[in-house]
Amino acid sequence: MAELLASKAMGTSLRRVDGVAKVRGTAPYAFDHPVENPVYLFPVQATIARGTVSWIDTAEAEAVAGVIAVLTHLNAPRLARSDDAEYAVLQGPGIGFRGQFIAAVLAETGEIACHAAGLVAVGYDIAVHDASFTAGHPGQYTPGQVNGGAVPDTAAGDVEAALAEAAVVLDQTYTTPAGHNNPMEPHSTVAAWEGDSLVLYDSTQGVHAVRQTLAPLFGIAPENIQVAAPNVGGGFGSKGLPHAHVVLAVMAAQCSNGRPVKFALTRQQMFSLAGYRTPTVQHVRLGADGAGRLTAISHEVVELTSRIKEFAEQTAVPARMMYAAPNRRTSHRLVPLDVPVPSWMRAPGECPGMFGLETAMDELAEACGLDPLELRARNEPDLDPETGKPFSSRHLLECFTTGAGRFGWDRRSAVPGGRLEDGWRVGIGAASATYPFYRNPGNAARIAYGGDGTYTVQIGAADLGTGSWTVLAQIAADALDCPLEAVRLEIGDTSLPVASVAGGSSGTASWGGTIIAAADAFRKEHGDRPPAGAATQAAAPEDPEAGRYALHSFGAQFAEVRVHADTGELRVSRMLGVFSAGRIINPRTARSQFIGGMTMGIGMALHEAGIMDPRFGLVVNHDLADYHIPANADVGDVDAIWLEEVDLHAGALGARGIGEIGITGAAAAIANAAYNATGIRIRELPLTAEKFLS
Amino acid sequence: MRPFDYQQAPDATAAVATVARRPGAMFLGGGTNLVDLMKLGVATPELLVDVSRLPLDTVAELPDGRVRIGAAVPNSDLAAHPLILQRYPVLSQALLSGASGQLRNLATTGGNLLQRTRCPYFQDASLPCNKREPGSGCPARGGYSRNHAILGASDSCVAVHPSDMAVALAALDATVVILGPGGERTLPLTELHRLPGAEPERDTVLAHGELVTAVDLPPGSHRRSAYRKVRDRASFAFALVSVAAVVELADDGGTIAGVRIALGGVAHKPWRAERAEELLRGAQPTETNFGRAAAAELDAAVALAGNAFKIPLAANAMVAVLRDLTGRGGNG
Ligand SMILES: Cc1cc2nc3c(=O)[nH]c(=O)nc-3n(C[C@H](O)[C@H](O)[C@H](O)COP(=O)(O)OP(=O)(O)OC[C@H]3O[C@@H](n4cnc5c(N)ncnc54)[C@H](O)[C@@H]3O)c2cc1C
Repeated sequence: MAELLASKAMGTSLRRVDGVAKVRGTAPYAFDHPVENPVYLFPVQATIARGTVSWIDTAEAEAVAGVIAVLTHLNAPRLARSDDAEYAVLQGPGIGFRGQFIAAVLAETGEIACHAAGLVAVGYDIAVHDASFTAGHPGQYTPGQVNGGAVPDTAAGDVEAALAEAAVVLDQTYTTPAGHNNPMEPHSTVAAWEGDSLVLYDSTQGVHAVRQTLAPLFGIAPENIQVAAPNVGGGFGSKGLPHAHVVLAVMAAQCSNGRPVKFALTRQQMFSLAGYRTPTVQHVRLGADGAGRLTAISHEVVELTSRIKEFAEQTAVPARMMYAAPNRRTSHRLVPLDVPVPSWMRAPGECPGMFGLETAMDELAEACGLDPLELRARNEPDLDPETGKPFSSRHLLECFTTGAGRFGWDRRSAVPGGRLEDGWRVGIGAASATYPFYRNPGNAARIAYGGDGTYTVQIGAADLGTGSWTVLAQIAADALDCPLEAVRLEIGDTSLPVASVAGGSSGTASWGGTIIAAADAFRKEHGDRPPAGAATQAAAPEDPEAGRYALHSFGAQFAEVRVHADTGELRVSRMLGVFSAGRIINPRTARSQFIGGMTMGIGMALHEAGIMDPRFGLVVNHDLADYHIPANADVGDVDAIWLEEVDLHAGALGARGIGEIGITGAAAAIANAAYNATGIRIRELPLTAEKFLS
Repeated sequence: MRPFDYQQAPDATAAVATVARRPGAMFLGGGTNLVDLMKLGVATPELLVDVSRLPLDTVAELPDGRVRIGAAVPNSDLAAHPLILQRYPVLSQALLSGASGQLRNLATTGGNLLQRTRCPYFQDASLPCNKREPGSGCPARGGYSRNHAILGASDSCVAVHPSDMAVALAALDATVVILGPGGERTLPLTELHRLPGAEPERDTVLAHGELVTAVDLPPGSHRRSAYRKVRDRASFAFALVSVAAVVELADDGGTIAGVRIALGGVAHKPWRAERAEELLRGAQPTETNFGRAAAAELDAAVALAGNAFKIPLAANAMVAVLRDLTGRGGNG
């Protein structure tokens, strides 16, 4: 158990330190950075899903006044490595998905580049493509591992025998559609070569990850790449690693006569070039005894990957640790298709997986004649069912009991369809939420004393709009035992000590833990009255408890929905999330993460669905008029609270991370509420009106 | 987006003359639809003639009691106008259910009427579409058809007209005032938009260069009127189906003296439900009669793979609106 850092600045609802600049529009995002004499890039995208470019004619585009260069696979610079097909931009004529870059125009203005891109003529040798995702697809295979590094399949006991003997069996299939991250700020990059050095302003979740990814591609040392990302307008995983547009911008900057290149994806382009969440088909089987105790849990998942690059969403992973049952099985199968490359989207794995599992638990509760909350209580494990280790802190049931009182769970009609108000059927539902604790290695922080009472605290962390600028300053103040005003935080730049990616809800714990270690090292070296100029850099400490505990956050999601009796329209009138996530550093920014996740869960439940037209290999609803996310009017009363707690086994910070748990279980709670309202059980997201038309 | 020229028209006649002369010229209203389509490469005008600043920006009562809406009146101003709120609540409701506040501030009456379909295949220039490129085919038919037509579609096109405002105007028996190179003509609003037939590239009966200058509403109070829009989001979403209805009850309240119903989201044009109206005129305002009328109207409906739900949904929405307008909830 690490010695916990005492809270002074931590735990206060400090306002975002970057808030005023953002509201005034003066906080620079990647594309905003003023650079000398920039050139603008607009790409040409493949309009077939598989094949090769047989000819490409750029003459007409090149003839447009203001066009500086047109890049194609015929004249683009060669990369030092092209083994990752997503990054092998313009390295050959091959096309692996519709929307892939096949050319790019550089011009004096974005409008000229866009116009000229439309004048590039292309001929194709078209190959037969396959963009049809089905659970029974003959090409499906077992990936070597799933995202996060877990094994694809697990088995314990004898699931089939247990199901055959179970008093109650639930056997259903749940599906979730493709999801597209769509952060407010589109993916954008400003790239400039200065001799052999590369300078980038990029919209990214990790400046050092960008540097590490690009260095081998361009055959230069990582130190020769500078990446800055002081402000990022959301990422939700889609900016966790660079995508092809960054490679294209950097490559283009090799062909722009030394001028910097500015490139921002359009909203439509983001649908094929920025990653997305795979659709899933989840076969869930649960067996229980007469008292509702689970005897078997089986969660078998089929999902897609791009044929050119594997991404295996870990959808069945939460079923490995949520509930106790002696017989268990999980599996993941991937269908490789000629489609854009899927990637991380807020809570990969837990987000779709907890829809299947938690809807199934609601169904099982009904089949057992139990209140859904009671069913969870009866299946609470003593130890992590997957590893046999103790949980560092597991307060799932406390979340449910706290939330039940506050939300008015007792007003839930035990019989579905029991409440009709003003033409709307009203129902209440609940579901569990969970997300694992990740703390990433490879972080360092530097602390320097200015002599004037201020400390400069440096780490290459990212703030995606989540509040890192604010909470890292709070942590630094307490770690240095100095007033908050004395902290000068610097983040978002590779000139600062190395930092891990803002992903897996790991940022605050990983960076904050490192800042605490650096502060300790600083005080040891320089004492409480350091001389001006005193400085110390330190890496994150080894965790002496590593591997001893299962560390996960938990939560209880409650939803009240109204389903219109005439039209089937579904509105979420109330939501409450109760979370157990370790120490909360800043209640204001934490609440915004939780309710943001829950709101995104409303989108997942009600709206979001990338519609792939398999004939074209294209997501046809590729803009925000057609791909709906919740509007303000869709978000009723959404509240989040948390248990006051500090995880004693999560380092000196005692915090487990809050960025993703809010979306997990949210869609299941809404679907369960919709069932309670109508008696109609929907197992395919999203919950659109036609599914409730009677 | 290809380069284009831009002009502000000095007056309506000049605007018409300029556009009529140049095949590549188009009128520009608020630009909220046309400029998007230009960015997508779906519209490729050489010249935009801006008509949004012409003095066609008033809502006024004419001597005979009709109300004239200028073509350049912004949607938000129209929705908030006292004459509209008092006499034509259905129109105000329809406008406010459309788009977002920002868009309604820019969108004009003329542009709203002439906005183009939101069919995703029409809006992506890399795909075939008979409306955009005659003869190239209609992928919506065998594809993503959830938002498409159930009435009046053809083999070549299953697109729907997206405007909410136009549905209310259809139910109000509005008239469109049109200025062409040869002078002015008027047209019932229900005859402005076409069914796709074999020429889906033609949304309306307007000739190139014809400018909508105004929309006239018939005199009288239409207080017993309402617009119900069924949509995937609580706001900022196009209609799955919508219903505009104007009802008059007989003095004793026991029968329907007059009724006009238009449906949105179901066809290539705002769909006047004439068969339903016929059955309801003189009938008692009962749930059974509403249901029968809705069923009769939708008898001709044909579903695609993805939109069969629209048939019962449209029927339910019609019944719900009529119930509200004739029951105790009806205002008037
Ligand atoms: C995200 C989004 C959501 C939307 N949601 C809705 C919705 O829910 N419901 C809804 O009804 N609409 C919705 N809209 C559409 C919106 O109502 C239209 O874009 C708007 O009404 C068009 O008006 P405008 O003046 O901007 O037209 P413009 O874009 O300027 O023009 C549209 C067309 O009309 C022509 N035109 C313009 N004025 C005249 C005239 N006087 N005479 C002849 N031709 C003319 C133009 O040449 C052009 O072809 C939405 C739009 C967006 C972008």
